[in-house]
Amino acid sequence: MAGSDTTATAVAPPDTVKILIAGGFGVGKTTMVGSVSEIAPLRTEEPLTSAGLGIDDLDGIEEKRATTVALDFGRISISRELVLYLFGTPGQQRFWFMWNDLAIGALGAVVLVDVRRPESSFAAIDFFERRNIPFVVGVNGFHGEHPYPAEEIREALALPEHVRVLLCDARERDSCRDVLIALIDQLIADARKAS
Amino acid sequence: MSARACEVGGDDTAGRLVRPFTLTGGRTRPSRTDFTLITTVTAVDPPPERAPRPQPEQARILRRCARPIAVAELAAHLDLPVSVVAIMLCDLLEAGLITVHPPHPVTPRTPDLDLLQKVRDGLGRL
Repeated sequence: MAGSDTTATAVAPPDTVKILIAGGFGVGKTTMVGSVSEIAPLRTEEPLTSAGLGIDDLDGIEEKRATTVALDFGRISISRELVLYLFGTPGQQRFWFMWNDLAIGALGAVVLVDVRRPESSFAAIDFFERRNIPFVVGVNGFHGEHPYPAEEIREALALPEHVRVLLCDARERDSCRDVLIALIDQLIADARKAS
Repeated sequence: MSARACEVGGDDTAGRLVRPFTLTGGRTRPSRTDFTLITTVTAVDPPPERAPRPQPEQARILRRCARPIAVAELAAHLDLPVSVVAIMLCDLLEAGLITVHPPHPVTPRTPDLDLLQKVRDGLGRL
């Protein structure tokens, strides 16, 4: 509608909220974002330099070097007044948690787990537990297959009873939507308990 | 510190870092903390009469936020780090060229049941 902008009334900005999609390397975070987003996932990158990363984890690399933390994100318009953003950390990144802005103000998180390599999602689970950020666990089946029941995975991950564990397929929109709904349901249940 | 990165020259990684921060006059922190990833910004239309003429990168931002847009989306479209975009948005805000709409406040201690229900309903419609 180029050309008609001068007569258009101002568009009121929507309220925005966000949910984080976390988990280990290659577990399907970006796939999940893409499955439910109304736009093709976008990427933004933030440079973090080694000076800000502490000394513990650069695997003997002595030189100061920059690490770029990338975020893939998507959007779901809940209504004209409310937009939900989903933020996932793609690739093998150990430093996404340095991006403090990411966790602040999030409704909650989905931690994706690969049943073949559950340990790759331990760090994400620890992160949200320590910060008291509510989360659910989505077990992303390889090729959509689920060899283990959810309860067995809960035990393997030593998850407390109140954390929901769902079997899902990050490639399927409905499946990802159900995981997000489970998170919101958990938040609603927590809110009712608190009030 | 990002400021240190600005002084490094030579390899490709440093090159990527140097250029964005030249857009911000070497500053690496916004002077205001208004700009989170999901803060929405909108260009003021028409711009205030006394506003300084925007520089080319600022003009690019203003074109992108003719309609409300989240900072993360803006950064992705501009192919710049969010921290750099936030600094430039600061200048635009101080010049009166944009308005800022903060994210819906979310605090773990006082959950907003009404908001959660809206999100739940919206997801249910997907």
